[in-house]
Amino acid sequence: MSLWAWVIGACVAAYLIKLAGYLLPQSVLDRPVFHELAGALTVGLLTSLTVMNTVGKGQAIQLDARLLALAAGAVALKLKAPYIVVVIAGGLAAALGRRYLGLP
Amino acid sequence: MRLPTFTPAVRMGLSIAAAVGVYGVSFGALSVAAGLNVWQTCALSALMFTGGSQFAFIGVIGGAGTGGAAWAAATLLGVRNGVYGMQLKALIRPPRRLIPLMAQFTIDESTATATAQEDHDERVRGFWTAGLGVYVLWNTFTLVGALAGNAIGDPGQWGLDGAAVAAFLGLLWPRLTGRDPAAIAVLAALATIVTLPLVPPGIPVLIAAVVTAGWWAWRRRHVPALPGDGGAE
Repeated sequence: MSLWAWVIGACVAAYLIKLAGYLLPQSVLDRPVFHELAGALTVGLLTSLTVMNTVGKGQAIQLDARLLALAAGAVALKLKAPYIVVVIAGGLAAALGRRYLGLP
Repeated sequence: MRLPTFTPAVRMGLSIAAAVGVYGVSFGALSVAAGLNVWQTCALSALMFTGGSQFAFIGVIGGAGTGGAAWAAATLLGVRNGVYGMQLKALIRPPRRLIPLMAQFTIDESTATATAQEDHDERVRGFWTAGLGVYVLWNTFTLVGALAGNAIGDPGQWGLDGAAVAAFLGLLWPRLTGRDPAAIAVLAALATIVTLPLVPPGIPVLIAAVVTAGWWAWRRRHVPALPGDGGAE
């Protein structure tokens, strides 16, 4: 039963954190300077998420077929492929790299 | 509400939901293996609904850690969602009554899809498509994984991890115009790679955010007329 309490407690905490960001007053968020910062943060966050998904394995770095997926995605984007094609290219590259190139 | 049409943001949201949501199967299987029951596993996906924190929670429990330690790990990893909330409120200016609902769907994927769009309506559509799409798939596949255990195997073998990589790259790509965004991307990538082995999963994203903000503040101070850097306006 105590595990249940921690499960619920952690869910409540997760929700309150999500909510907390929205509680900053709009007047602060509407300042042009915040918009500039938000623009910069968007690039930083998206980059970090991309890198984390490419080489992260728990608390370690692992180079594997996902690098191939990154390259395939980049090529598709360079060719101005539609977004869904980019995603599929990444998935195919990783799957084929594992199957035929023996990548981890 | 109008029926959503398949605008670019909606397609992005659906694509990323498909790439990421299916990973619920890994979470479900690992959670049951870690000693949670099927209901607890599903409660985490339905209520906590933030992948990194969920994996952290069951990781600690599976490693014979205490409930308190699991709570702390999950909560720490959830902090970035607070940053996302700030950003989304600034960008989307949601009506007050929607905020309690939006908060629950504020995760990596919905934030990434929303912030990658150029106009307001597309941001809103991107947020909800990715948020709800991931929610439905993540919860469905959590249940599948919890019931089937390890019989299904690693979604990585289907290349889904590669699809997720390309999905995030596809959101980042259009923003990489000009020198400032490129510099930010290099710094954020370095910060992520350097800190990945040192801190719990999910924290490198926060560190990258801090490094980005630091660079931005420095740049602003020394280059007063900071050009629009592919930003939020």
